Order: sequence, then C-alpha cells, then structure tokens
Amino acid sequence: MELTKKSRLQALATRARLAALEGVWRAKSGHPGGSLSALDILTYLYQEVLRIDPAKPDWEKRDRFVLSKGHAAPGLYAALAVRGYFPLSDLATLRHPDSHLQGHPNMHYTPGVDMSTGSLGQGISAAVGMALAAKIGGDDWKVYTLLGDGEIEEGQVWEAAMFAAAKKLDNLVAIVDNNNLQIDGTIVEVNSPYPIGEKFTAFGWHVIEIDGHCYDQLEQAFAEASTIAGQPTVIVAKTVKGKGVSFMENNVNWHGSAPNDEQYAQGVAELTSTLNELEG
Amino acid sequence: MATIATRDAYGAALAELGAIDPKLVVLDADLAAATKTSVFAKAYPDRFFDAGIAEANLVGIAAGLSTAGYTVFASSFAMFAAGRAFEQIRNSIGYPALPVNIGATHAGISVGEDGASHQCCEDIALMRTIPGMTILNPADDVEARAAVFAAAKLQSPVYLRFGRLAVPRVNAEDYDFQIGKAVPLRAGTDVTIIATGLMVAAALEAAANLESEGISAAVLNIHTIKPLDEEAVLAAAAQTGVLVTAEEHNIIGGLGSAVAELVSEKSPVPVHRVGVRDTFGRSGPALEMLRRYGLDAKTIAETVRAAVRR
Repeated sequence: MELTKKSRLQALATRARLAALEGVWRAKSGHPGGSLSALDILTYLYQEVLRIDPAKPDWEKRDRFVLSKGHAAPGLYAALAVRGYFPLSDLATLRHPDSHLQGHPNMHYTPGVDMSTGSLGQGISAAVGMALAAKIGGDDWKVYTLLGDGEIEEGQVWEAAMFAAAKKLDNLVAIVDNNNLQIDGTIVEVNSPYPIGEKFTAFGWHVIEIDGHCYDQLEQAFAEASTIAGQPTVIVAKTVKGKGVSFMENNVNWHGSAPNDEQYAQGVAELTSTLNELEG
Repeated sequence: MATIATRDAYGAALAELGAIDPKLVVLDADLAAATKTSVFAKAYPDRFFDAGIAEANLVGIAAGLSTAGYTVFASSFAMFAAGRAFEQIRNSIGYPALPVNIGATHAGISVGEDGASHQCCEDIALMRTIPGMTILNPADDVEARAAVFAAAKLQSPVYLRFGRLAVPRVNAEDYDFQIGKAVPLRAGTDVTIIATGLMVAAALEAAANLESEGISAAVLNIHTIKPLDEEAVLAAAAQTGVLVTAEEHNIIGGLGSAVAELVSEKSPVPVHRVGVRDTFGRSGPALEMLRRYGLDAKTIAETVRAAVRR
C-alpha cells in the first residue's frame, strides 16, 4: 500500500478513535476497549472495501455490514461518521435517550447500520441470512460481519458458521477481532476459543490470519477474500484491546468503562499527537 | 365432521402463497415433515432452506433475509421457536421490528404422546411480552390459511401458532379474517366464552349443551391474541357481565391473562380462566390429554355454571 494512502487511513482511524473516546467519556459509559481494537478494521472496511453510498444508506445493492460484537458501537458510529453518514460531532450524543446513537446499534435509528445488534452471537446469523438473500436473488452484493473473540464462545456463532459453509456462502466475510480479552479476563482464562482459525477451517471456512492494525495485511486479506469461491471466509485479526490509548491497551478494565476527565485528557493528548504525526 | 390439523392448513397455505409471492422464502429446523413446511419445500425447493437443528440461527437467518425484502416464514415446534429461540426472536426480530413470520406448530398439550418436553403451553405468554409482536392462534384450517395470508402481508413480526391435532372446522370457508378482529360465533346473554385455537370448538359445544340447561352463553373467537380486540372483549363484558376464557395454554400469561388485564383496568367483571393450570403435561393420546388437563367442553361448561351461579 502506498505510504500516503496508509497515512490517510491511519489518520481517519485516529479521528474515529478520538470521536469514539469522546462519546464514551461524555456518556460516562460504553465500551472503549473493543471499539479501539476494531477501528482499523472498521476504517478499512468503510473506506476501502464496502460498496456503499452514504447519501443512500438504504440502497438495495449496497454491501452489508453487521457489527455482531454490537458493544463496539462507538467504534462503528465513528467509522460511519468518518465515512460521511452523519457528522462526527454526533458522537457527543452517544447513549443519550433521544440520540440516534444508542448504546448498541439500531438499524432504524442510525443511517448506515444494517442490523440491530448487541446480544452476542446473533449478528452473524443475520449476516448469513443477508448473504443467503443475495444468493437467492442472484445479487452481487457482499456481506461482512465483525465478531469478538469472546463472542465466538456463543454456540449460535457455530450454528451460523456451519450453515454458511453448508450453503457455500462465498459472499460472506466474517472478521474476528482477536484482542484476547473479555469481561472476566483473557479469553484463555475464561473459556478459550483457541485455536480460532482451525475451528473455522474445520467448519469449512477459508481462513486468513492477520495483524488487525496493519493496513497492508488488511488490504491483502480482503483482496484474497474476494477471490474465494464456494466457501465463506473468516479473517482472524490479531488486535490490541484499547489500541491507541496507552493506558487502555491490553487492559481488560477498559472493556466496558469510561475514562474520567483526567484519563480522557491523556487519551486525547496521545491520539492528537498520533494524528499530528500522521498529518504532519 | 371432517377434521384437519391447522399445521396441515399452514403447509398448504405456504405452497399456495408461494405461487403468488415470488419473494416468499420458508425456513425450517429439521422438522419440515412435521411442521408441514415440507409441502412448500416440495413445490419450491429453491426457496426452502433447512437450518438443521439450530433454532437460534434459524431465527437470525430469517431476520437477515427479511432485511433484504423477502417474505419469510421460519418454522419449528412452538417449544423450540418461542421457547429455545425466545431471545433471538426478541432481539433479532422484535427489537428491529422485522417482518418475519414465526410458524410454530405442535403448540399446546395436544402434542400428545411426545410428552411434557414438547408440549408448549408457555409460548403465548413469551410472545406477548415482545413489543410489536402480533400473535395469531387459528381455530381451524380455514382460519389457519387466512392467518398465513394476512401475516405475509403484515410488515411487522408475527407469531403463528398451529396444532398437531386434527380439529373440526368452526368457520365458514369464505369468512372475513382480519388481524385483531374477534369473531362472534354465537350470541348469548348470561356469559361470554372467549376462546382461542382448538378451544373454540370446545366452547361452541359447551354453549350448545348449556342452552339445554337454560344458560345462554355467547362465544367469541379470539384468533389474534395480540393485539387483542379490546372493543369486542369490553363489549362482551358489558353485555354478559361475566367472562370465561378458554385456551390450550398455561392459564398464566395467555388469553385469560390478556382478557383479565384488560377488563380489570377498564370494565371489571369476573373472569374465569380455562386452561392448563400451571402444570406440566404427560404422555398420552391428544384427546385424552385435553380431557386430563381440563381443555374440553365439559370443563368449560362446569366453569360457566360456577361463574353464572356466583
């Protein structure tokens, strides 16, 4: 990937991280850790992969994206805003009763959200249904869904994985945000879903394993996924929970808690410094 | 009188609808032969998908398909649709208000020999608590067919409840079925029996028997449990002053509860509930089970006698 393109994407992801952090800080609640870990994946998807038109969020031929790990809503909202679906300043209304940005995604409130999610394990099934719909109709749009690594402990994920492979849904790409942490500890301590890639291979999926913060690898992975015929693809993306804010990185305590004013100021300072470096 | 199970009418109606609606897609969870979605599958194999024994995913796939403009019916037994997949129905269909139709068969105690694990008497209660959910519980094959056609048109979530047991026909073939509209089947002045599903036939039988004893019982068929036809129920309360409800469901959370909730707020009159009295069933022939758990004309008549004597 060209350096200028990479810097541009990294800068957009940093802007999204700043907005997501602000939303969680103002709401005094939310899920910063899993939003920050997913934001390079989300940014790459919304900037480079998805065939979408922010002016026509309900366009019938659009690619679909389902945030199966719905608690990363601040990350999704920020990526949508950066892509132009609504102003980035809307993130300041996160989790307010009358805001279109609810605690977890709602497909009717937020332009660009294709499925209401939040209860883990359910988004991937809806994504499978969408992929099936495209197959039935002979449509060429594709479906992408982002799962948490803790989320794949849900049995429904594997019901969906089995069905998607059985029906040869090669228009479906799942991404696992493998940040290694869930609420009660590391995913190994809690109920290890490892080895993730081998499990999906056994379920009949094409598996690609990458660093979920590396834009070169993201580019290669999504390009490879688009060439796979006859089976769905999963991209297992190694990520850092809380990516971009030093004290949040790899710290499970930031799964579902908001920074105080001081912590928020430090986070903003760090992300702003990153942004200045990128935009030089 | 010839009897037909509402599940048979369901399968036939889906196949009939398949010819009219090219966007109709039917899903099942390895029970197509029993739910009768197999009739549709045979006619339209390209628009039938078996999710296998995976009801949570079945519901999610149905939700995803509906977002792309398909008319979706997803089927399993009531126990596994409303019961096992309750939270998927709540969060993937109810909360996003997606127009998915859950075709749940083998509802109630009349499942018979399979016993309590498969006799779902809780589904109406579960589905009633989901905002925006329409619940249709047809009394016979005519109503089951009409319910399928009406549900397919409705652009919001629907739970359709069908039975395994062949039941007598209580409606005329050409009657006007409207979601949310109760059907007065018999006039009466002393009591109104408000019945749903296969209990409608039992209510009519009870009312006929009571007439010979000098008790005039009206019968109101409630095929739509939610939204309840409040006007019709309140009118019945005003006209007869006492109500008896009859349903093949736990007396907690079903039609009897819905009627009692309504009249206690708006027009208090005694409401006596006939239904499964908060217990699990046993294995046995369907008709024997219906009698054993008081889901028959005899029990309705006894309840009416006690109610009008009060």
